[in-house]
Amino acid sequence: MDSAFIRFDGIHKAFGPKKVLQGITFDIRHGETLVVLGGSGSGKSVLLRHIIGLHRPDQGRVVVDGEDITGYDEDDLVHVRQKVAMLFQGGALFDSMTVAENIGYGLREHTRKSDEEIDGIVRHKLSLVELAGVEDLMPSELSGGMRKRVALARSIAMDPRCILYDEPTTGLDPVTAMTINELIRNMQARLNVTTVVVTHDIESAFFVGDRIAFLYEGLTRFVGTVAEARQSPEPALRHFLSGGRGNRHAS
Amino acid sequence: MTGVAVHAARQLGGFSMLVAETARETLRRRPEGRILMEQLYQIGVLSVGISTVTALFTGMVLALQTSYSLAAYGAKLFVGDVVALSLVRELGPVLTALMVGGRVGAGITAEVGTMNVTEQIDAIRAMAASPVRKLVVPKVLAMLIMLPILVVLSDFLGIMGGLLMAVTTLGQPAAFYMQHVVQALSLHDVMSGLGKTVVFALIIAFIACHKGLTATGGADGVGRATTETVVAASLSVLISDFFLTKLFLTF
Repeated sequence: MDSAFIRFDGIHKAFGPKKVLQGITFDIRHGETLVVLGGSGSGKSVLLRHIIGLHRPDQGRVVVDGEDITGYDEDDLVHVRQKVAMLFQGGALFDSMTVAENIGYGLREHTRKSDEEIDGIVRHKLSLVELAGVEDLMPSELSGGMRKRVALARSIAMDPRCILYDEPTTGLDPVTAMTINELIRNMQARLNVTTVVVTHDIESAFFVGDRIAFLYEGLTRFVGTVAEARQSPEPALRHFLSGGRGNRHAS
Repeated sequence: MTGVAVHAARQLGGFSMLVAETARETLRRRPEGRILMEQLYQIGVLSVGISTVTALFTGMVLALQTSYSLAAYGAKLFVGDVVALSLVRELGPVLTALMVGGRVGAGITAEVGTMNVTEQIDAIRAMAASPVRKLVVPKVLAMLIMLPILVVLSDFLGIMGGLLMAVTTLGQPAAFYMQHVVQALSLHDVMSGLGKTVVFALIIAFIACHKGLTATGGADGVGRATTETVVAASLSVLISDFFLTKLFLTF
């Protein structure tokens, strides 16, 4: 069996004159947690969105679970999006729905489960993200950390095989950020899902990641384990990990 | 200049694709009753107030103005005819479309635009659902159902406003005024007015949804898109009214 669950093969993407991705190639293996690390504007979120077809590459191929999804239209992507869930940066909870309706959204859309069954699943998923008794609240009544948890509960409602996290700790205080990091690890361990985390938070990357892919100026400058990342001589990565101290071009 | 042309072509292309996808989604799956009912209420019932005030005062002004002008020709008796024909053929549909278009169009763009910039639209797509089916179809259908009803209500109330002035200011008996109203109106007048309304409903709903779905740049972008909707919808209603009038006059 191919060890790659997701394969990027020479991905190029531009928005108007701005070239965001300029030939990204690497694999994300079954069951691992891979962190895509990079500075603001390095194209890491854009890359993440290619995995479920929210963006399409100008050049190159995206392969998910052995399927080349590059040319897929919205209908073709339905089954891909059912096995790969995404947690958006701000949570992207539906403002007009309660927490329970948000979490049950996918189930109502794609299954014929009864309201009682869905309520049970909603409570179970909320317990997995360590929340209870918030089913009837509106998203506007939740704190930043709670919104992320509810959004995570929504993304695992359909039992996906892979979870994508877009900047999961951005905008959170350090303590809440750490609880989210622990939650990401717990999810990976309990659900045995392939996990992709996009972040610029070095601490978070080293805490949750099995491997790290470092993006710089639209290219993959490093792919390897966390230990290898710490030892890597790659100047741009060294510069990034040092928090901007030192010369990024020095070898 | 080329930039403007490219932008206009892109907008038109996106708009046409939205119309086509909405038609496809409408035929493919029945809209959810609960969402449609909510939209009928939001778009229709909540617009009754502004439609009523607009129609009543328009009818009253029409009666006053026409009686003043007609008096010069000794034709004051025909106030009912003029009020009824002007309202049913022209002012009822156009003024209702402008008022409701402003209220509903701005509301739709603000709602859809906010969902877009907070990634809620992407979240719908990421959960393998169609934003067009979830958001656009119910709004277009609700507009198609409610705008004609509001126009019929406006026509009636406008005529009643004229009646009020005819009786209180011009000293006409109510039965005399109403007799002129009924004699003046033909089925063709009513149908041409309602025919216009259907086109106005589609124009307003699609412009508002398209502007919302393409809004970018946070709150500022949503505000800009909302303003653009009101301007574009109002101008489109007025311009299309000219061509529709020409069209209906040929039958």
